[in-house]
Amino acid sequence: MSLERESCTSSFCEDPQIVEIDTDILLVGGGMANCGAAYEVMPWAKKYGLKVTLVDKAAMDRSGAVAQGLSAINTYLGEQDPADYVKMVANDLMGIVRDDLIYDVGRHVDDSVHLFEKWGLPVWKQPGDEGKLLEQGGKPVRSGKWQIMINGESYKVIVAEAAKKALGDDNIYERVFIVKLLLDEKEDNRVAAAVGFSTRENKVYIIRANAMLVACGGAVNIFRPRSVAEGMGRAWYPVWNAGSTYTMAAQVGAELTMMENRFVPARFKDGYGPVGAWFLLFKAKATNAAGENYMIKNADMLKEYPPYGLAAVPATCLRNHLMLKEMKEGRGPIFMDTATALAELSKTMDEKQIKHLEAEAWEDFLDMCVGQAGLWAGMNIQPEEVGSELMPTEPYMLGSHSGCCGIWVSGPDDFAPAEWQWGYNRMTTVKGLFTAGDGVGASGHKFSSGSHAEGRIAAKAMVKFCLDNKDFKATISKSAKDLAAEIQKPFKTFEQFKNVTTDDYVNPNYIRPKMLMYRLNKIMDEYVAGTSTYYITSAKLMNRALELLTWLKEDSEKMAAKDLHELMRCWENYHRIWTAEAHLRHILFREETRYPGFFYRSDFPQLDETNWKCFVNSKYNPKTNTWEMKKVPHKDLVPKG
Amino acid sequence: MPSCVNVDKCDGCKGKDKTACQYICPNDLMKLDMNMMKAWNQEPEGCWECYSCVKICPQSAIEVRAYADIVPLGGSVVPLRGSDSIMWTVKFRNGKLKRFKFPIRTTAEGSIKPYEGMPEVGDIKDQLLFTEAGKTLKKL
Repeated sequence: MSLERESCTSSFCEDPQIVEIDTDILLVGGGMANCGAAYEVMPWAKKYGLKVTLVDKAAMDRSGAVAQGLSAINTYLGEQDPADYVKMVANDLMGIVRDDLIYDVGRHVDDSVHLFEKWGLPVWKQPGDEGKLLEQGGKPVRSGKWQIMINGESYKVIVAEAAKKALGDDNIYERVFIVKLLLDEKEDNRVAAAVGFSTRENKVYIIRANAMLVACGGAVNIFRPRSVAEGMGRAWYPVWNAGSTYTMAAQVGAELTMMENRFVPARFKDGYGPVGAWFLLFKAKATNAAGENYMIKNADMLKEYPPYGLAAVPATCLRNHLMLKEMKEGRGPIFMDTATALAELSKTMDEKQIKHLEAEAWEDFLDMCVGQAGLWAGMNIQPEEVGSELMPTEPYMLGSHSGCCGIWVSGPDDFAPAEWQWGYNRMTTVKGLFTAGDGVGASGHKFSSGSHAEGRIAAKAMVKFCLDNKDFKATISKSAKDLAAEIQKPFKTFEQFKNVTTDDYVNPNYIRPKMLMYRLNKIMDEYVAGTSTYYITSAKLMNRALELLTWLKEDSEKMAAKDLHELMRCWENYHRIWTAEAHLRHILFREETRYPGFFYRSDFPQLDETNWKCFVNSKYNPKTNTWEMKKVPHKDLVPKG
Repeated sequence: MPSCVNVDKCDGCKGKDKTACQYICPNDLMKLDMNMMKAWNQEPEGCWECYSCVKICPQSAIEVRAYADIVPLGGSVVPLRGSDSIMWTVKFRNGKLKRFKFPIRTTAEGSIKPYEGMPEVGDIKDQLLFTEAGKTLKKL
């Protein structure tokens, strides 16, 4: 079911229509993970007679992090051993990851990539192997050890087509934003329903399910972005990722893990275009303003962080750490020396090959970050002539790219240690609640393909869960009317007070969601290691931020929305606050600097392997409204050299 | 203002069952003014410049004016998305032009048969995905 025209144009026009749905399996989100889940779940669901429903805040063809397309698939193992993939991920994330989850992604991920290619995704091949599928032994063009190049403008369109056909139109609800999960009232610690609203019609949805896969991406615009006007839309990660995954799970008591982790990608300045192909495929070097390669110049700094700094490819945060030294000491701007790289490559090429190389360089942007191409066009940057500035971005929170914050989940039952599995792969600590992609913590570097594969892993486990819990019937005592009133409260607030002032934007009785987000951005930036402090924080700064966040949370009760679009922003920003708070509490609890280059604790500036080579997990207690923080022992399943 | 709509070209998708840009925008930015029957971007600072609206517009009425707080005026990046490839025209501020054409898919849109030639589902209790039936899974 897809809707595009908005039929509700004024706020609080009348009581919303309540749509109640009962389903066995609910997929919340329509990105890569849930497209994978949709594909995997249907054959099983058909066999066992289960009903599956998917809701997406946007339209599946262009929703999630792959909406714009991609120029590479970053996880494709080919002949390589999943154990080596685990080693790479562990090193990049400074040692603290769940080997079981990563290995599990590694052993399934190629199957998803083979499907993409079969469905129509063009994958670059080595000369001589054109037309030969990966599955038939076709050799891909690798831009790195784990990455393969694609013509990926329509990547998501293709993956969504398969998912939509698998599910059938009647089971898909687009433009429905799930904002809250409900626990069962008879069975303890058991998810029972999800509630949300249509962003097109005056309808509130209450969806009861036996099992639920919540995979709505990571969190963007938690921190004040470097560009604060129009350019704030040009977030590196998709700007519509509002922390909904983490917040909704945390609010029903799911245990979170490694929420202190963040990702600060070093990208082309302001356009945030990808640098991977430039570094890996074109062998370009990044330099300070004097043309010095800071990775060589500052190499000694890597030795302070064994073993993570000493690997063939040092951890991403440490590469930032070396770049930041140059910036802080005034030796910026940092440049990617594209001209030298292209000149080197073109030495052995004829004109046609050079033209092809140039097209490849542009395709890297045009497939996945057109805004960067627009920046180059506006600034007359032709990469064969001049270099382009690099800059570390504002912090992002995610679990599928080069970050690993997320939810603590059960691992695969065929090899995960007993303390890391509780029956159903990718189930959180709340019964019936599953996650994948950005939602799964301590397991980064899945990227698009790994998220799809992980959605499939979770989907099969959900079917098993449903079969084992056949007799479950959700018990929710809160009335549909009360739930709807709670969801639409910002409408009511707006209607009640909008005429008090001559301009309904500024009003002492309420706060519009945009200002709420700006306030959150400012707090996080200034106190919790944003860009304006060069990513530095301390317990004192964070405790002050907690006070400010408490007021912000109180004020979130007074958000006002004039239409459905703004109601969506209210709930997104509410989700952002919770995710930000979890991030802060985790950084505060971990008394060391685990990710230099992503953030620094001025009061604990060292990496402390003796005391902090462990997971940090947290759990919000909905009954007492408190957060419980704890250390959880880490274990290497794959020996690390 | 990141994406912006040409007033002469936009017909509000009149006579069609969908307002294409409003249907596709991942961040719910495009809105149809029902009186004018023209679309507009209601929140330009929320625009990712993903070009989904530009690519889908049947009238080629939507363009992107790069973020004005970052990018000097005068450049443009314009796609023409066909069934199997996309053409890009990059115009630099200094007037230079570059054109690129890339494949986008090897199958016809709508032609995917997701389960054709796939095996029957296997054992719900093991860790094999249904397409992996009969394989031996690696484990640690």
